[in-house]
Amino acid sequence: MPAVQETIDQVRSIDVDQYKYGFETEVEMEKAPKGLSEDVIRFISAKKGEPEWMLQWRLDAYKRWLTMKEPNWARVSYDKIRYNDIYYYAAPKNNPAPKSLDEVDPEILKTYEKLGIPLREQEILAGVEPRNRVAVDAVFDSVSVATTFKEELKKAGVIFMPISEAIREYPDLVRQYLGSVVPVTDNFFATLNSAVFTDGSFVYVPPGVRCPMELSTYFRINEKNTGQFERTLIIADKGSYVSYLEGCTAPKRDENQLHAAVVELVALDDAEIKYSTVQNWYPGDAEGRGGIYNFVTKRGDCRGRNSVITWTQVETGSAITWKYPSCILRGDNSRGEFYSIAVSNGMQQVDSGTKMIHLGKNTTSRIISKGIAAGKSENTYRGLVSAHRKATGARNFTNCDSLLIGNQCGAHTVPYIESKNASAVFEHEATTSKISEDQMFYCLQRGLSEEEATALIVNGFVKDVLQQLPMEFAVEAQKLISISLEGSVG
Amino acid sequence: MADVTLMKTPAETGLVQAFESAKTLLPGNAESRAKAFEQFNLRGLPHRRVEEFKYTDLRALMREAAPFAGTPSAVQAKEALAGAKALAGVSALQVPFVNGHFMRDAVRFDALPEGVEIVPLAEALASGHDWLARLSPIPWAADNPVYQLNTSFMADGVMLRIAGPVETPIHLRFVTSETSAVATATRVLVLVEDRASVTLLETHESGNGTGHQPNDVVEIIAGDETNVRHVRMNAEGDQALALSTLAVKMGTEAQLTSINVVVGSAVSRHQVFANFDGENARAQINGATMVKGRQHADSTLVVEHAAPNCESRELFKTVIDDEATGVFQGKIIVPHHAQKTDGRMMSAALLLADGGSMNNKPELEIFADDVQCAHGATCGQLDEDLLFYLMARGLPKKEAESLLVQAFLGEAIEFVENDTVRDALTATVEGWLRARS
Repeated sequence: MPAVQETIDQVRSIDVDQYKYGFETEVEMEKAPKGLSEDVIRFISAKKGEPEWMLQWRLDAYKRWLTMKEPNWARVSYDKIRYNDIYYYAAPKNNPAPKSLDEVDPEILKTYEKLGIPLREQEILAGVEPRNRVAVDAVFDSVSVATTFKEELKKAGVIFMPISEAIREYPDLVRQYLGSVVPVTDNFFATLNSAVFTDGSFVYVPPGVRCPMELSTYFRINEKNTGQFERTLIIADKGSYVSYLEGCTAPKRDENQLHAAVVELVALDDAEIKYSTVQNWYPGDAEGRGGIYNFVTKRGDCRGRNSVITWTQVETGSAITWKYPSCILRGDNSRGEFYSIAVSNGMQQVDSGTKMIHLGKNTTSRIISKGIAAGKSENTYRGLVSAHRKATGARNFTNCDSLLIGNQCGAHTVPYIESKNASAVFEHEATTSKISEDQMFYCLQRGLSEEEATALIVNGFVKDVLQQLPMEFAVEAQKLISISLEGSVG
Repeated sequence: MADVTLMKTPAETGLVQAFESAKTLLPGNAESRAKAFEQFNLRGLPHRRVEEFKYTDLRALMREAAPFAGTPSAVQAKEALAGAKALAGVSALQVPFVNGHFMRDAVRFDALPEGVEIVPLAEALASGHDWLARLSPIPWAADNPVYQLNTSFMADGVMLRIAGPVETPIHLRFVTSETSAVATATRVLVLVEDRASVTLLETHESGNGTGHQPNDVVEIIAGDETNVRHVRMNAEGDQALALSTLAVKMGTEAQLTSINVVVGSAVSRHQVFANFDGENARAQINGATMVKGRQHADSTLVVEHAAPNCESRELFKTVIDDEATGVFQGKIIVPHHAQKTDGRMMSAALLLADGGSMNNKPELEIFADDVQCAHGATCGQLDEDLLFYLMARGLPKKEAESLLVQAFLGEAIEFVENDTVRDALTATVEGWLRARS
């Protein structure tokens, strides 16, 4: 049956022509020469004051990248990207290192104000309960312009800083983990990122520490003809916990801009990382002009025993999305979770999903994915669940629903389920009641329909994370979560 | 990834040589064969980088191309057919093939059931029969390399026309009896006229120890308000590499049931291409696969709901013992106009031993907004609780396992209407389980 009216209205309210963050900030920018070459990479590396090993790492990646071909297996189509027409580095002048917020260009501060991102600690303290405080790293094109609560975090032993600073200040830590989850050679876009990444966040949570506040990074593309290549590395040491949020927006333009990020998470024994994304890059206009190409590689490594990595994503932006936040469940008893809501409107194309790779014993994973396609968009879920020969007792539950609004769009599901272990139990989309029979029973008993109960159980979890989002659009994100998938397929 | 030019494997080179030497001898339109082979040869044998063959890498699995089998002698054919066991107890009109060649002497053309017409394909190809125009009813199947190979090499087969309801099942019996490995390529076309109905049985068998390479295509064009019941069994020898394709096109209110039971072959790949061409048609497509040792069995399915208001049900059950591999790839396609489609696809696999593996890929491709489509996939081992329950009641472990496996596979088989056929399939399952314990 077709989608219910309420859903149609809600999806309409975030249609591509309703994009609110399309304004542009006039700031004087400093850019690297256009195009990509060894010189540009040396330029970026020098700008960041990087040690020699880092430059070599980049150059090796670049050499490798030159031999690689752009992948074409995703269900998306776009005009060829001319990699030499992009500026790989763009930073507001006076950078690096404004010592305090007072030195940051007021235009940039205004931008974040407009986006609803609190950069002044006292302001945050003024209106909000202390436990809801969020530390923010604000990345503007190629550089981080401000990072809040750094000192307070430092007291707890948590390192939260732009990765370019971390390379200078904690080279050993960075060197040990950078590229250990997403190798330089991983894929075309990850290799490109390794060569030219400019900024991003670095988080290290020491053993046994529960990070005292939410950490978040807000990415903003502003300059024309630039690409954003950020790199995020989060390490949760033994027994630690961290929750990290990521948001992103960009101005309205008729050109397409490339965003090729790499995110690496490492969870050691008993550690837990929650990684949430609200992806709201400019999606292009109703005719499909402009918009961000969002080609990112996100991967978490549950390296230690009993470690947990949770990915939560709300995807509404980007002309093209190509991303598969994954979990490598290496440690015994480790757990991976993936919760995703992807709404596509206009001419957007989404090819997204996850990979749960079970290597250790008694590893469990859960995938809940909702795709909503409207307008003339294409929305594909592509996911892999695999159990290695030694993954005794692996367990996966996957539920992916898609909903179409109108008959000009497409919703596709491409799950890969590979088991090489007899004791691994994988269920893809069995019955909804499998989510948790106890919870389901509880809800049904109180008069909810199965659909309502499923929504409540799934959303209950996701909401938990989203309620803490510092961004203005958290409200929208929450609305999205509650969208009824009545009439969904798959 | 860097550009790589693939070297031709010995099997690919062998196929090129085989085609060069056979193309002038094969009956019928040389041009369409040459075209199909050219298309095949352009890409070569499909490998794991080809999405549709991700889990069945024919480049690796097919080491060499076996020579194509010649026509058997009358004595050889008689012996082969006398030894054939698959669905032997079912009384049916026998349409036998030995080494890929139609045994026309074994069919009493003067006493065919009413409404059945049989035309040998080799003759039809040679004489340019009218029905040939209806071959390849599903245009997009022509892009499939396995199908292309069949089109290139098809030497024999039959064309059947069913007009009216036919009670007697028609048994297409394929037997390969050579002692050295041979390849066969057969094509069967079944034209089911409007309001006709028929039961088609299809069995494939050969001796153990020889790596035969059969490649069979069965194409069914079911007219309006037809009812086609199709049962296929792969009981090939333990070294065979069996490739097969079922292509079905269904008219308005057509009903189709099809099951493929796999017990044989070292490597098997069964492809089903189904196309709903008229409204309110219904198809039930099932599979029951039992593999052990190092067997590899692939069931690949593409269901295209090209008309609105159709219903499809797919249920594939796979039981994997030892170090065998099971593959299920299913795809339901619902284009913009196919509103009110109701499609449900399910694949369930049981792994009985450590070392087995199962690859599931239940895919949906949906463009219409008022449809119901569901897919599911599970894999795991036998339920410990159920086993315990049975063992607590005094059943030895193996027997308890057998009972549960029977029940598991039974779900895919039980819809077969014909009692003797269903019993024969159940007996096949029991036989497989007995051989295991």
